[in-house]
Amino acid sequence: MYVIVVGAGKVGWNLARELLGKDHEVTLIESERRRYLIVEQELEHAVQYGDATELWVLERAGIQRADLVIAVTGDDEDNMLICQVAKEKYLCQRIVARVNNPRNLQHFKLLGIRPAVSATDLILRLIEHEVPQYGLVQLLALEGERLEIIELEVADGAPAAGKRVDDVELPEGSLIISVLRGGAGFVPKSDTVIQAGDEVLLILDPGLESSITPQFTRNGASAG
Amino acid sequence: MFILVVGAGRVGSAVAKRALEAGHEVSVLDEDPLSHEQLDKDLAESWEDAGGRFTVGTALEVDALLEAGIEQADVFIASTNGDNTNLVIAQIAQRRFNVPRVVVRVLDPARAAWYAEQGLHTICPTQHAIEMVERAALGDAEAAA
Repeated sequence: MYVIVVGAGKVGWNLARELLGKDHEVTLIESERRRYLIVEQELEHAVQYGDATELWVLERAGIQRADLVIAVTGDDEDNMLICQVAKEKYLCQRIVARVNNPRNLQHFKLLGIRPAVSATDLILRLIEHEVPQYGLVQLLALEGERLEIIELEVADGAPAAGKRVDDVELPEGSLIISVLRGGAGFVPKSDTVIQAGDEVLLILDPGLESSITPQFTRNGASAG
Repeated sequence: MFILVVGAGRVGSAVAKRALEAGHEVSVLDEDPLSHEQLDKDLAESWEDAGGRFTVGTALEVDALLEAGIEQADVFIASTNGDNTNLVIAQIAQRRFNVPRVVVRVLDPARAAWYAEQGLHTICPTQHAIEMVERAALGDAEAAA
Protein backbone atom coordinates (compact mmCIF):
# COMPACT_ATOMS: atom_id res chain seq x y z
CA MET A 1 0.00 0.00 0.00
CA TYR A 2 1.23 3.52 -0.77
CA VAL A 3 0.92 5.89 2.18
CA ILE A 4 1.57 9.63 2.32
CA VAL A 5 2.27 10.92 5.81
CA VAL A 6 2.29 14.69 6.34
CA GLY A 7 4.23 16.14 9.25
CA ALA A 8 7.54 14.67 10.42
CA GLY A 9 7.06 15.32 14.10
CA LYS A 10 7.28 12.49 16.62
CA VAL A 11 4.07 10.89 15.39
CA GLY A 12 4.75 11.26 11.69
CA TRP A 13 8.34 10.10 11.84
CA ASN A 14 7.56 7.03 13.92
CA LEU A 15 4.54 6.24 11.82
CA ALA A 16 6.61 6.43 8.62
CA ARG A 17 9.32 4.26 10.13
CA GLU A 18 6.81 1.62 11.22
CA LEU A 19 5.01 1.58 7.89
CA LEU A 20 8.31 1.25 6.04
CA GLY A 21 9.20 -1.62 8.36
CA LYS A 22 6.00 -3.34 7.27
CA ASP A 23 7.09 -3.01 3.65
CA HIS A 24 4.66 -0.28 2.72
CA GLU A 25 5.73 2.43 0.34
CA VAL A 26 5.82 5.70 2.25
CA THR A 27 6.40 9.36 1.50
CA LEU A 28 6.73 11.64 4.51
CA ILE A 29 6.31 15.37 3.86
CA GLU A 30 7.81 18.00 6.16
CA SER A 31 7.60 21.76 5.69
CA GLU A 32 10.24 22.82 8.18
CA ARG A 33 13.67 22.75 6.55
CA ARG A 34 15.74 21.88 9.60
CA ARG A 35 13.43 19.12 10.71
CA TYR A 36 13.41 17.74 7.17
CA LEU A 37 17.23 17.55 7.10
CA ILE A 38 17.31 15.63 10.38
CA VAL A 39 14.68 13.12 9.30
CA GLU A 40 16.22 12.82 5.84
CA GLN A 41 19.40 11.39 7.36
CA GLU A 42 17.44 8.33 8.36
CA LEU A 43 14.60 8.04 5.86
CA GLU A 44 16.49 9.40 2.84
CA HIS A 45 14.33 9.52 -0.28
CA ALA A 46 11.20 8.56 1.66
CA VAL A 47 10.95 12.10 3.04
CA GLN A 48 10.21 15.18 0.94
CA TYR A 49 10.54 18.84 1.83
CA GLY A 50 7.52 21.06 1.22
CA ASP A 51 4.24 22.50 2.43
CA ALA A 52 1.67 19.79 1.85
CA THR A 53 -1.21 22.24 1.95
CA GLU A 54 0.02 23.27 -1.51
CA LEU A 55 -1.41 21.10 -4.24
CA TRP A 56 1.79 20.75 -6.24
CA VAL A 57 3.62 19.36 -3.21
CA LEU A 58 0.98 16.64 -2.82
CA GLU A 59 1.10 15.95 -6.55
CA ARG A 60 4.88 15.70 -6.50
CA ALA A 61 4.52 13.11 -3.74
CA GLY A 62 2.20 11.13 -6.02
CA ILE A 63 -1.10 11.69 -4.25
CA GLN A 64 -3.01 10.46 -7.31
CA ARG A 65 -1.92 6.92 -6.54
CA ALA A 66 -1.93 7.08 -2.73
CA ASP A 67 -4.02 4.46 -0.92
CA LEU A 68 -3.92 6.33 2.36
CA VAL A 69 -3.14 9.92 3.36
CA ILE A 70 -2.35 10.63 6.99
CA ALA A 71 -2.12 14.25 8.14
CA VAL A 72 -0.40 14.53 11.51
CA THR A 73 1.03 18.04 11.54
CA GLY A 74 0.78 20.17 14.66
CA ASP A 75 -1.68 22.46 12.92
CA ASP A 76 -5.35 21.51 12.78
CA GLU A 77 -6.22 23.75 9.83
CA ASP A 78 -3.45 22.15 7.80
CA ASN A 79 -4.58 18.64 8.70
CA MET A 80 -8.18 19.46 7.78
CA LEU A 81 -7.32 20.96 4.40
CA ILE A 82 -4.78 18.30 3.44
CA CYS A 83 -7.36 15.60 4.09
CA GLN A 84 -10.10 17.59 2.39
CA VAL A 85 -8.19 17.95 -0.88
CA ALA A 86 -6.90 14.36 -0.65
CA LYS A 87 -10.46 13.10 -0.41
CA GLU A 88 -12.38 15.53 -2.59
CA LYS A 89 -9.87 16.59 -5.24
CA TYR A 90 -7.67 13.50 -5.55
CA LEU A 91 -10.38 10.99 -4.56
CA CYS A 92 -8.10 9.25 -2.10
CA GLN A 93 -10.05 6.37 -0.58
CA ARG A 94 -8.67 6.59 2.92
CA ILE A 95 -7.60 9.49 5.05
CA VAL A 96 -6.65 9.88 8.68
CA ALA A 97 -6.34 13.27 10.35
CA ARG A 98 -4.79 14.18 13.65
CA VAL A 99 -6.69 16.59 15.88
CA ASN A 100 -4.33 18.64 18.04
CA ASN A 101 -6.94 20.69 19.86
CA PRO A 102 -9.98 18.56 20.78
CA ARG A 103 -12.13 21.68 20.48
CA ASN A 104 -11.49 21.57 16.74
CA LEU A 105 -12.98 18.09 16.35
CA GLN A 106 -16.32 19.66 15.40
CA HIS A 107 -14.68 21.40 12.44
CA PHE A 108 -13.14 18.15 11.19
CA LYS A 109 -16.61 16.60 11.32
CA LEU A 110 -18.16 19.58 9.54
CA LEU A 111 -15.71 19.16 6.67
CA GLY A 112 -16.33 15.42 6.51
CA ILE A 113 -12.83 14.50 7.69
CA ARG A 114 -13.17 11.04 9.16
CA PRO A 115 -11.51 9.44 11.00
CA ALA A 116 -10.10 12.30 13.01
CA VAL A 117 -7.84 11.03 15.76
CA SER A 118 -7.46 13.28 18.73
CA ALA A 119 -5.03 11.29 20.81
CA THR A 120 -1.45 11.14 19.67
CA ASP A 121 -0.93 7.94 21.56
CA LEU A 122 -3.77 6.14 19.83
CA ILE A 123 -1.80 5.95 16.59
CA LEU A 124 1.33 4.79 18.37
CA ARG A 125 -0.57 2.25 20.46
CA LEU A 126 -1.96 0.65 17.33
CA ILE A 127 1.47 0.34 15.85
CA GLU A 128 2.85 -1.16 19.04
CA HIS A 129 0.22 -3.84 18.91
CA GLU A 130 1.22 -4.67 15.37
CA VAL A 131 -2.20 -4.40 13.97
CA PRO A 132 -2.38 -5.92 10.48
CA GLN A 133 -2.11 -3.49 7.62
CA TYR A 134 -5.71 -3.00 6.67
CA GLY A 135 -6.92 -3.28 10.23
CA LEU A 136 -5.27 0.02 10.96
CA VAL A 137 -7.89 2.12 9.25
CA GLN A 138 -10.89 0.07 10.25
CA LEU A 139 -9.79 0.29 13.82
CA LEU A 140 -9.62 4.01 13.75
CA ALA A 141 -12.96 4.28 11.99
CA LEU A 142 -14.71 3.10 15.12
CA GLU A 143 -12.94 5.59 17.34
CA GLY A 144 -16.02 7.82 17.56
CA GLU A 145 -18.09 4.93 18.86
CA ARG A 146 -15.43 3.99 21.42
CA LEU A 147 -15.11 0.54 19.95
CA GLU A 148 -12.10 -1.18 18.50
CA ILE A 149 -11.60 -4.07 16.16
CA ILE A 150 -8.35 -5.99 16.23
CA GLU A 151 -7.04 -8.78 14.11
CA LEU A 152 -4.89 -11.52 15.62
CA GLU A 153 -3.26 -14.61 14.25
CA VAL A 154 -3.73 -17.72 16.36
CA ALA A 155 -0.28 -19.10 17.18
CA ASP A 156 0.62 -22.77 17.46
CA GLY A 157 0.10 -23.80 21.05
CA ALA A 158 -1.92 -20.71 21.96
CA PRO A 159 -4.54 -21.22 24.68
CA ALA A 160 -7.34 -20.52 22.19
CA ALA A 161 -6.08 -23.02 19.56
CA GLY A 162 -8.27 -26.12 19.48
CA LYS A 163 -10.93 -24.52 21.70
CA ARG A 164 -14.58 -23.81 20.91
CA VAL A 165 -15.36 -20.10 20.65
CA ASP A 166 -17.49 -20.49 23.76
CA ASP A 167 -14.54 -21.78 25.74
CA VAL A 168 -11.96 -19.13 24.79
CA GLU A 169 -11.33 -17.07 27.89
CA LEU A 170 -12.12 -13.54 26.85
CA PRO A 171 -12.84 -10.57 29.10
CA GLU A 172 -16.26 -8.93 29.30
CA GLY A 173 -16.70 -6.44 26.48
CA SER A 174 -15.02 -8.48 23.76
CA LEU A 175 -16.32 -10.79 21.08
CA ILE A 176 -14.89 -12.85 18.22
CA ILE A 177 -16.76 -11.61 15.17
CA SER A 178 -14.95 -13.28 12.30
CA VAL A 179 -12.54 -16.10 11.56
CA LEU A 180 -10.31 -16.04 8.49
CA ARG A 181 -9.21 -19.52 7.49
CA GLY A 182 -7.64 -20.64 4.22
CA GLY A 183 -8.27 -17.29 2.59
CA ALA A 184 -11.98 -17.17 3.43
CA GLY A 185 -13.73 -15.47 6.32
CA PHE A 186 -16.81 -16.59 8.17
CA VAL A 187 -18.77 -15.59 11.25
CA PRO A 188 -18.15 -18.22 13.93
CA LYS A 189 -20.82 -19.86 16.05
CA SER A 190 -20.36 -20.68 19.70
CA ASP A 191 -19.26 -24.24 18.82
CA THR A 192 -16.80 -23.24 16.07
CA VAL A 193 -13.37 -24.61 16.93
CA ILE A 194 -10.54 -22.09 16.63
CA GLN A 195 -7.46 -23.51 14.89
CA ALA A 196 -3.82 -22.49 14.95
CA GLY A 197 -3.12 -20.35 11.88
CA ASP A 198 -6.59 -18.80 11.89
CA GLU A 199 -6.85 -15.05 11.86
CA VAL A 200 -9.57 -13.83 14.17
CA LEU A 201 -11.24 -10.45 14.28
CA LEU A 202 -12.42 -9.26 17.65
CA ILE A 203 -14.54 -6.31 18.58
CA LEU A 204 -13.76 -4.89 21.98
CA ASP A 205 -14.04 -1.99 24.35
CA PRO A 206 -10.90 0.16 24.12
CA GLY A 207 -8.16 -0.92 26.50
CA LEU A 208 -8.85 -4.66 26.56
CA GLU A 209 -6.18 -5.74 24.06
CA SER A 210 -3.61 -6.68 26.66
CA SER A 211 -5.97 -9.15 28.32
CA ILE A 212 -7.04 -10.65 24.98
CA THR A 213 -3.77 -11.16 23.11
CA PRO A 214 -2.39 -13.82 25.54
CA GLN A 215 -5.19 -16.17 24.48
CA PHE A 216 -3.90 -16.17 20.92
CA THR A 217 -0.14 -16.22 21.40
CA ARG A 218 2.04 -19.17 22.25
CA ASN A 219 2.26 -20.03 25.95
CA GLY A 220 -0.14 -17.21 26.56
CA ALA A 221 2.74 -14.73 26.27
CA SER A 222 1.84 -11.11 25.85
CA ALA A 223 2.19 -9.89 22.28
CA GLY A 224 3.24 -6.45 23.46
CA MET B 1 -26.27 44.57 5.89
CA PHE B 2 -24.37 42.99 8.76
CA ILE B 3 -20.78 42.30 7.74
CA LEU B 4 -18.37 40.18 9.77
CA VAL B 5 -14.68 40.61 8.94
CA VAL B 6 -12.25 38.07 10.41
CA GLY B 7 -8.67 39.30 10.28
CA ALA B 8 -7.98 43.02 10.56
CA GLY B 9 -4.86 43.31 8.46
CA ARG B 10 -4.48 45.81 5.63
CA VAL B 11 -7.24 44.33 3.51
CA GLY B 12 -9.66 43.36 6.26
CA SER B 13 -9.49 46.66 8.14
CA ALA B 14 -9.75 48.75 4.97
CA VAL B 15 -12.80 46.85 3.77
CA ALA B 16 -14.33 47.08 7.25
CA LYS B 17 -13.93 50.86 7.33
CA ARG B 18 -15.37 51.34 3.85
CA ALA B 19 -18.33 49.13 4.69
CA LEU B 20 -18.99 51.14 7.86
CA GLU B 21 -18.79 54.42 5.92
CA ALA B 22 -21.24 53.01 3.43
CA GLY B 23 -23.71 52.58 6.27
CA HIS B 24 -23.42 48.87 6.98
CA GLU B 25 -23.22 47.24 10.39
CA VAL B 26 -19.65 45.96 10.73
CA SER B 27 -18.08 43.59 13.24
CA VAL B 28 -14.37 42.72 13.21
CA LEU B 29 -12.75 39.67 14.83
CA ASP B 30 -8.99 39.39 15.27
CA GLU B 31 -6.81 37.45 17.67
CA ASP B 32 -4.44 40.39 18.14
CA PRO B 33 -5.79 43.24 20.34
CA LEU B 34 -3.30 45.59 18.66
CA SER B 35 -4.97 45.10 15.30
CA HIS B 36 -7.54 47.54 16.64
CA GLU B 37 -5.08 50.28 15.70
CA GLN B 38 -5.47 49.39 12.06
CA LEU B 39 -9.16 50.17 12.45
CA ASP B 40 -8.65 53.47 14.31
CA LYS B 41 -6.06 54.68 11.82
CA ASP B 42 -7.31 57.51 9.59
CA LEU B 43 -10.59 57.70 11.49
CA ALA B 44 -11.58 60.99 13.17
CA GLU B 45 -12.93 59.05 16.16
CA SER B 46 -12.33 55.55 17.48
CA TRP B 47 -13.66 52.50 15.62
CA GLU B 48 -16.33 51.91 18.26
CA ASP B 49 -17.39 55.57 18.37
CA ALA B 50 -17.77 55.41 14.61
CA GLY B 51 -20.20 52.54 15.20
CA GLY B 52 -17.98 49.51 14.57
CA ARG B 53 -17.70 46.36 16.68
CA PHE B 54 -14.42 44.68 17.60
CA THR B 55 -13.89 41.29 19.22
CA VAL B 56 -10.59 39.76 20.27
CA GLY B 57 -10.55 36.03 19.66
CA THR B 58 -9.32 33.10 17.60
CA ALA B 59 -11.29 32.51 14.44
CA LEU B 60 -11.51 28.76 14.93
CA GLU B 61 -13.17 29.17 18.32
CA VAL B 62 -16.90 28.99 17.78
CA ASP B 63 -17.51 31.09 20.90
CA ALA B 64 -15.49 33.93 19.38
CA LEU B 65 -17.42 33.73 16.11
CA LEU B 66 -20.71 33.80 18.03
CA GLU B 67 -19.59 36.75 20.12
CA ALA B 68 -18.64 38.60 16.94
CA GLY B 69 -22.17 37.98 15.66
CA ILE B 70 -21.77 35.31 13.00
CA GLU B 71 -25.38 34.18 13.44
CA GLN B 72 -26.62 37.59 12.27
CA ALA B 73 -24.06 38.00 9.50
CA ASP B 74 -25.22 38.59 5.92
CA VAL B 75 -21.62 38.72 4.71
CA PHE B 76 -18.56 36.93 6.07
CA ILE B 77 -15.07 37.99 5.00
CA ALA B 78 -12.15 35.68 5.82
CA SER B 79 -9.07 37.89 5.64
CA THR B 80 -6.58 36.63 8.21
CA ASN B 81 -2.96 36.34 7.16
CA GLY B 82 -3.23 32.55 6.75
CA ASP B 83 -4.74 30.81 3.74
CA ASN B 84 -5.46 27.68 5.72
CA THR B 85 -7.27 29.49 8.50
CA ASN B 86 -9.28 31.46 5.94
CA LEU B 87 -10.33 28.35 4.03
CA VAL B 88 -11.44 26.56 7.18
CA ILE B 89 -13.38 29.44 8.74
CA ALA B 90 -15.02 30.31 5.41
CA GLN B 91 -16.37 26.77 5.23
CA ILE B 92 -17.54 26.98 8.84
CA ALA B 93 -19.39 30.22 8.02
CA GLN B 94 -20.94 28.72 4.91
CA ARG B 95 -21.82 25.21 6.04
CA ARG B 96 -22.49 25.60 9.74
CA PHE B 97 -23.84 29.12 10.05
CA ASN B 98 -25.31 29.40 6.54
CA VAL B 99 -23.99 32.90 6.02
CA PRO B 100 -25.46 33.94 2.63
CA ARG B 101 -22.32 35.55 1.25
CA VAL B 102 -18.85 34.33 2.15
CA VAL B 103 -15.70 35.89 0.70
CA VAL B 104 -12.32 34.32 1.38
CA ARG B 105 -8.84 35.64 0.68
CA VAL B 106 -6.47 32.94 -0.58
CA LEU B 107 -2.92 33.81 -1.63
CA ASP B 108 -2.20 30.46 -3.25
CA PRO B 109 -3.63 30.62 -6.81
CA ALA B 110 -3.98 26.84 -7.22
CA ARG B 111 -6.12 26.40 -4.15
CA ALA B 112 -8.03 29.62 -4.79
CA ALA B 113 -9.06 28.13 -8.12
CA TRP B 114 -10.00 24.72 -6.75
CA TYR B 115 -11.99 26.02 -3.79
CA ALA B 116 -13.78 28.41 -6.15
CA GLU B 117 -14.89 25.36 -8.13
CA GLN B 118 -16.20 23.89 -4.87
CA GLY B 119 -18.47 26.89 -4.36
CA LEU B 120 -16.40 29.26 -2.23
CA HIS B 121 -16.07 32.86 -3.36
CA THR B 122 -12.28 33.10 -3.29
CA ILE B 123 -10.24 36.24 -3.93
CA CYS B 124 -6.65 35.63 -4.92
CA PRO B 125 -4.46 38.76 -4.69
CA THR B 126 -1.52 36.79 -6.07
CA GLN B 127 -3.41 35.91 -9.24
CA HIS B 128 -4.38 39.56 -9.72
CA ALA B 129 -0.78 40.61 -9.17
CA ILE B 130 0.47 38.06 -11.70
CA GLU B 131 -1.94 39.32 -14.33
CA MET B 132 -1.17 42.97 -13.64
CA VAL B 133 2.57 42.46 -13.69
CA GLU B 134 2.29 40.40 -16.83
CA ARG B 135 0.25 43.11 -18.52
CA ALA B 136 2.60 45.86 -17.35
CA ALA B 137 5.70 43.98 -18.43
CA LEU B 138 4.58 42.37 -21.64
CA GLY B 139 1.83 44.72 -22.77
CA ASP B 140 -1.82 43.92 -23.40
CA ALA B 141 -1.20 42.33 -26.79
CA GLU B 142 1.39 39.90 -25.45
CA ALA B 143 -0.69 39.04 -22.41
CA ALA B 144 -3.72 38.35 -24.58
CA ALA B 145 -1.75 36.22 -27.04
